[in-house]
Amino acid sequence: MNWKTFVALLWRDARVARRNVVPLLLQTFLQPMMFVFIFGRVMVSSGYMPAAYKSLLLPGIMAISMVFTGVWAVAMPLIAEFQFTHEIEDRLLAPIENDWIAIEKVLFGAAQAVVAGLGVIPAAWVLLRPGLELNLPSPLTFAVVTLLVALFSACGGLALGCSVGQNQIGLMFSMVLTPMIFFGCTYYPWSALANFPILQKAVLVNPLVYASEGLRGTLVPQFPHLPIVAVLLALLIFDSLLLMVGLRQFRHKAVT
Amino acid sequence: MIAGIRTHELRKVYTSAPPLAAGGGFGPRRKSKNQPAREVVALDGLSLNVTGGEIFGLLGPNGAGKSTTVGILTTRVRPTSGQAWIGEYDVWAQQVEVKRLIGVVGQRPNLDFALTAREILVFHGAYFGIDTRTRTTRATELLDRFKLSDRADQLVRGFSGGMMQRLAIARAMMHDPQVLFLDEPSAGLDPQTRLLLWEIIREYNQSGKTILLTTHNMEEADALCQRLAIIDHGRNIALGTPAELKASVPGGFLLRLRFGTHSPALFEQLKTLVGVREVRVQDDGDSNADVYADRGGSLVSEIANLAATTSVELSDVHISEPSLENLFLHHTGRSLRE
Repeated sequence: MNWKTFVALLWRDARVARRNVVPLLLQTFLQPMMFVFIFGRVMVSSGYMPAAYKSLLLPGIMAISMVFTGVWAVAMPLIAEFQFTHEIEDRLLAPIENDWIAIEKVLFGAAQAVVAGLGVIPAAWVLLRPGLELNLPSPLTFAVVTLLVALFSACGGLALGCSVGQNQIGLMFSMVLTPMIFFGCTYYPWSALANFPILQKAVLVNPLVYASEGLRGTLVPQFPHLPIVAVLLALLIFDSLLLMVGLRQFRHKAVT
Repeated sequence: MIAGIRTHELRKVYTSAPPLAAGGGFGPRRKSKNQPAREVVALDGLSLNVTGGEIFGLLGPNGAGKSTTVGILTTRVRPTSGQAWIGEYDVWAQQVEVKRLIGVVGQRPNLDFALTAREILVFHGAYFGIDTRTRTTRATELLDRFKLSDRADQLVRGFSGGMMQRLAIARAMMHDPQVLFLDEPSAGLDPQTRLLLWEIIREYNQSGKTILLTTHNMEEADALCQRLAIIDHGRNIALGTPAELKASVPGGFLLRLRFGTHSPALFEQLKTLVGVREVRVQDDGDSNADVYADRGGSLVSEIANLAATTSVELSDVHISEPSLENLFLHHTGRSLRE
């Protein structure tokens, strides 16, 4: 591993991100903010939702925002660079093992996901106050969960970005991301599925469930949530699995 | 010592499975296990030995295996069998060391569309660990050399094809590689830029670098390369300096003749004309003949006379002077342009 090359690759992505900072911010925060506003403010103040829903909703929105950003930040450039512009070829010829080029993408995507996740908190706090009750019993556990969620989304982006053809991008969102979000315990806690026992078991294959429940358990532990140990373990497994699949797909793309 | 290039019995077979199935993830699978994947043999035992410091050309028609060879030598294509070395490094086993030694200009544009021309060069330098000051200076020099200074700080999205090609070559030279690969470097360039490019390639070679270029342009191969390999169907069919190769064609001149009717007797008589070295009757159109001779135009009247005395109509004559095209035709029976 050649750290000078690795840092230069990160630096290149940072330069591109800085150049696109306004569209990037809009893309990251606009949707979650509208969601928070409608469900946390409009629905609650009009009495259709109880006041506690504000706090219950926030970790789920945070998880969606992170997963969406991480997948988008890694998958979309990979699809474009491998299939349209071929611009990744210059980096594949840089003096570093190809795997590190993929890992750099994952790290940069994960960093963007962390920003997207943490950025939701102050923005939501402004929109939802008063009545937002955040508790942070263990900042360290929260940080670990956030990091694992960011990595899972970026690794997922790597696996998807190297598996999806250019004409399947729409399908990737409607067939993979949308069901993941709706069955990902984002808008409701996992325990709310108790009336649907089969569904409740089935959604456990969805990594987003652990992301939402983990953030819920570390940010608003007053609501029911999955045990943190189970969440950490599951996220760790999904992170490693998606990274392995992603790297394998990346190698197939990088070398013919 | 300047790094050279060596390949031993390189073979590459592409299986045209759908690209998604390669990963076994989400793509459609082959319907039946018994149905064999269609195989395309791109390289069929190619051995080359490029000495350090020479400009070596791979000449051949489209699909001959030139780009696959470059792909293997630049770590982007995995050989099915055989080995390749850049300098002392095995290309497949020591990829990072190899990548450090080489600069590559691909056949299709692959510039970083999110960056400006200058940033492309500077980041490329950074990937190779060149310090900030050196890479900034070198980028400015190269932009100047390739006449791109006035657009240096614009995104490359709006560049013309020629400008992109020039920038791609500048980028490949940015880290001063010992071995430079140029895959069809002058495709799409106007004649003036082509001359600039040739000059830059020669200059770079004179500073002690090895250059391997692929082309199907004989003029370019002739003007630029010290040695050439002519490739067809993934095999090396001739090797030598352009002069040696041209001299290896019997006579040098080629007269392509077409007759109204097929007459074996006439073809026999053609062989007796003074200066004719070889007559090849083409397999498919049997009233066509290729005459290799050491003179061109002066033979035409004699051929026409012969045809007239045997009552065969001579319907078309095409004379080419000694060229690599003739050589390719002599070895393969096909034109480079076909």
